[in-house]
Amino acid sequence: MNMSKNREIPPLHPASTMDFLPPAQLRDVQFTRLKIMVQRAYDRVSLFRERMNERKLKPADLRSMDDIVKLPFTVKTDLRDTYPFGLCASPMSEIVRFHASSGTTGKPIVVAYTQEDLDDWTRAVLRSLAACGVHNGDIVQIAYGYGLFTGGLGLHYGAEALGASVIPISGGNTDRQIMLMKDFGVTVICCTPSYFLHLIDRAGEMGINMKELPLRIGVFGAEPWTEDMRERIEAGSDIKAYDIYGLSEIVGPGVAMECVHQAGPHIFEDLFFPEIIDPKTLEPLPDGEEGELVLTTLCKRAMPMIRYRTRDITSLEPTRCVCGRTLRRIRRIGRRSDDMLIIRGVNLFPSQIEAALLKVEGTLPHYQIIVDRQRDLDTLEVQVEVTADAFSDTVSAMEQMQKRLVHSIEGITGLRPAVKLVAPRTLQRSEGKAKRVIDKRIM
Amino acid sequence: MKIKQLSVFLENKPGSLSAPCRLLAKAGINIQTCSLADTREFGILRLVVEDTDKAKRLLQRNGFAVKVTEVIALEVADQPGGLAAILDALEGTGINVEYAYSLTGRTKSGHALLLFRFSDPNAALQVLKERNINTVGSEELTKRLKG
Ligand SMILES: [Zn+2]
Repeated sequence: MNMSKNREIPPLHPASTMDFLPPAQLRDVQFTRLKIMVQRAYDRVSLFRERMNERKLKPADLRSMDDIVKLPFTVKTDLRDTYPFGLCASPMSEIVRFHASSGTTGKPIVVAYTQEDLDDWTRAVLRSLAACGVHNGDIVQIAYGYGLFTGGLGLHYGAEALGASVIPISGGNTDRQIMLMKDFGVTVICCTPSYFLHLIDRAGEMGINMKELPLRIGVFGAEPWTEDMRERIEAGSDIKAYDIYGLSEIVGPGVAMECVHQAGPHIFEDLFFPEIIDPKTLEPLPDGEEGELVLTTLCKRAMPMIRYRTRDITSLEPTRCVCGRTLRRIRRIGRRSDDMLIIRGVNLFPSQIEAALLKVEGTLPHYQIIVDRQRDLDTLEVQVEVTADAFSDTVSAMEQMQKRLVHSIEGITGLRPAVKLVAPRTLQRSEGKAKRVIDKRIM
Repeated sequence: MKIKQLSVFLENKPGSLSAPCRLLAKAGINIQTCSLADTREFGILRLVVEDTDKAKRLLQRNGFAVKVTEVIALEVADQPGGLAAILDALEGTGINVEYAYSLTGRTKSGHALLLFRFSDPNAALQVLKERNINTVGSEELTKRLKG
């Protein structure tokens, strides 16, 4: 088996032609689809109809794509309140699949798909993979969880539709993942970026150098990550790391995906219409300005989402990507409006901690933030896993590293944390997704 | 002669010291000497074993952060001034003693065996050689500890 990395970029896949629609034509497609979808939701989803009626709006009042701002928002709690099927617009006879998010408390969030919905999703994932250079000769290892989580099955069907050879290994069982990667000559891996860093680590321990494997592309998503992390991944494995974006409320992975230029994920706008709003005033913001991403599914039948507030903070890039796609790009999502912690009155995003840790040589971003309250004072502890690279045999070097971590975090966040060094792989991980924050405060 | 030493990161909590030791014992790897440096929050377990590479692989495979460093074993007269002679030799050379610990037991000759982690092991060896201070190599160490 040829173990060297193939760097060729394959010719454009026919399905990718939708990525290059002239803007005027794209707008036409979007508006035509929006009208049909809104009418359908109005007829079949009582919550949506009631909200339209409150605003004295009829589907026919939509005159152009710009009128989308008149429509009511949908939020996560709407899905909880109508659990499990309250937002379904298709009868059970047409629904062929459910997925559900792993809610941290109480009932999960359920999403439903008709066969056409699944076909659209598959095509979106196919276009995602094609955009970053995956082709039918690739061997694709899917290490996202299979099951209710959309990650595994979403990537699975898209990769199959592309004609790639799929290894549906699902999450976990790291040693086996590495064994198959090596033995099968896997060229593409799909998983969370933090899990891939773990795979690099583990492979090293097993005496396998990721750089020498045929692996050349990583499709990483399902958690926010940073540009620093991309550099670490690429330096540690000699692959190209691409950001895939998606959320199960909209469809799953494949809402947006980076092209080979790694310049931020392109949104598949013919399927998912993006807006950026000010999360406080809810007013729309122009391209280039940072705010909350709001998405409308233009084709979904079983569970249309209208102006769904994702809580992800980003901006729409005002310039065209060099690849020539007319699809707008979102800036890498580093934070969410709802993962913000307020500690001693200071706003803190977990991504800031990650950025601070990555500035200190040798540490890997396996960390956990523990917030507590002692005698009415918030405490911030950051637990960091020690890696072989960061580990030194002298106490003073370890204490210096600890100090550098404290300074780096304080420099970025303005909060002075307690940094605790913990043994490798002791921090909780779920679905290959690191659990970043434990807030013990009782408010 | 330099000796390979394994360092293992430990969290300061009950049971963390016994885990790596048990692992090595199970695999039949003999620990020749060990020392624990600990702070309130974490510990560094330092080991000299017969098969360093095997022990390193085993510990790594079981998720420990492990580092191999080179230390130098010196025979020091077990009498006043024994250690001072070594420190005098290094004076002004810019070589630091990061840490040192004594090996269990005493050799027949009535000398104590000390393990030194120097900031620059190669430079330290050179200096010690010039001063005719004898170092103890791995094989000899094994022999002496058994004898
Ligand atoms: Zn592009």
